[in-house]
Amino acid sequence: MQSLTNRSREVSRKPLSFMESLYLPAILKGMMITFSHIFKKNPTVRYPEEKRPFSPVFRGLHVLNRDEAGRENCTACGLCAVACPAEAITMEAAERLPGEENLYKEEKYAAKYEINMLRCIFCGLCEEACPKDAIYLSETFAPANFTRKGFIYGKDELLIPHPINEPEAYAKAKGLNQEA
Amino acid sequence: MTLLQLDVLLVIEKLVLIIVIVLASLGIALYTTFAERKVAAVLQDRPGPERAGPLGLLQPFADGLKLVMKEEIIPGSANKALFILGPALAMTAALMTCAVIPWSSHLELFGRKIDLQIADINIGILYVFGVVSLGVYGIMIGGWASNNKFSLMAALRGASQAISYELAMGLSLIAVLMLGGSLSLRTLVDQQMAPGSLWNIAYQPLGFLIFFICALAECNRTPFDLPEAESELNFGYHQEYSSMKLGFYLFSEYVNMIMSSAVMACLFFGGYDIPFLDESTLSANLAAVLGLGALLTKIVCFLFLFMWIRWTIPRFRYDQLMNLGWKKLIPLALVNMLLTGIFILMKQEGSWQTITGFFQK
Repeated sequence: MQSLTNRSREVSRKPLSFMESLYLPAILKGMMITFSHIFKKNPTVRYPEEKRPFSPVFRGLHVLNRDEAGRENCTACGLCAVACPAEAITMEAAERLPGEENLYKEEKYAAKYEINMLRCIFCGLCEEACPKDAIYLSETFAPANFTRKGFIYGKDELLIPHPINEPEAYAKAKGLNQEA
Repeated sequence: MTLLQLDVLLVIEKLVLIIVIVLASLGIALYTTFAERKVAAVLQDRPGPERAGPLGLLQPFADGLKLVMKEEIIPGSANKALFILGPALAMTAALMTCAVIPWSSHLELFGRKIDLQIADINIGILYVFGVVSLGVYGIMIGGWASNNKFSLMAALRGASQAISYELAMGLSLIAVLMLGGSLSLRTLVDQQMAPGSLWNIAYQPLGFLIFFICALAECNRTPFDLPEAESELNFGYHQEYSSMKLGFYLFSEYVNMIMSSAVMACLFFGGYDIPFLDESTLSANLAAVLGLGALLTKIVCFLFLFMWIRWTIPRFRYDQLMNLGWKKLIPLALVNMLLTGIFILMKQEGSWQTITGFFQK
């Protein structure tokens, strides 16, 4: 039979020589190898205390952005939902009423905005689709919950903390690598 | 009426000694399980258990607590009495060995001379062998009483392995006993301690190698852990066991390791002898404490060697195991015995002439 590659090799079926059948030299060699590992650096990242450094383009959980005055950017245009390949995003729009100018940036806003984190594939297409810079993927990752329902994140989980009222929480949610 | 005169103080002394030694053995075994995990981790470039307590030092207690708290299951079709007897026997046999091991020379307390050995019986090493072979019953009974095919297979493997390797072990030992001329472990150690005499390892390197390999096999350690081959037998002879009964099996393995390390240290590495130091120049108590430290150091070195081997070498196949035991180790041990005999005779007679003459007769 013609071989597909020239990498195949005949299996050696030679009986063990006397030295090999003693096993001891091979065993000693192996033991020296394991012993040398004592002095090797161990690459473990002790997770909850230490975290692996992320690349600047890391895509974690979503955040709904606010502007400097703390108004919501989202206008519920639905482009993110259209762009989403996993169909994880749903929203309902509402009209801004007089007196709500300090809450919403434009006349229309998202009354309901839900992302199913179990469906989401964290591709970041919603971020790219958004014309208002309202949604982006943060550095937060590995969410935990007791029920599947808990993974459907509503506005209360997604909205970034208020930049003026809670500046520390805002900076944390914004992440280290995100440019302001 | 002086036939049965009990020395009450002696009874108390021995009782205290027994409690201390058994508890100490258990304590060391507890931390051996921890050391095993740590050594495995270090050899595999990971940190190992480090969360429970400072440096993970409370880990063995967490493990023990976990085992105690677990539900105790006895399979419906198992033989109940034997099922319970199995781990008990394994543990008892493992702990019984510590009775004859000379942990150190003697202390002088309250005007009494206290030997740091529970019983200096003149057939010490024979007793060790007897008890060690009893340990096989723990495996055998446990595996059989579980009424599980895998357990039974593992038990059969364990029993045949232990019996095969006990032969080579005994034969390699005979050479040592020929040198020492005694079966008492203390006498053997004292001979190695005597100024000017070397440790037995210098006279019996081959004997030690055979003994060590057989000790690995007797303790069911890798590369001879066929009774516990997870990939072949699910878990081995203790597959049906849960809770502390399983704990006893696992624990007895570690106690066995410590005891075989102690026996090897006594037989081949001078027991509680400190190299390049004449103990008779020190005070008795100081010598005893230092000697105990020396023996423990030797035991720890052996334990590390055991673990090092475990995390390096893959398991033998069953036919390889039997080949090694019967076709290599036993003939080697016999040759070793013969050579030792010839050398002893040569030393006694003083020349080759008499030896050759001896054979011509």
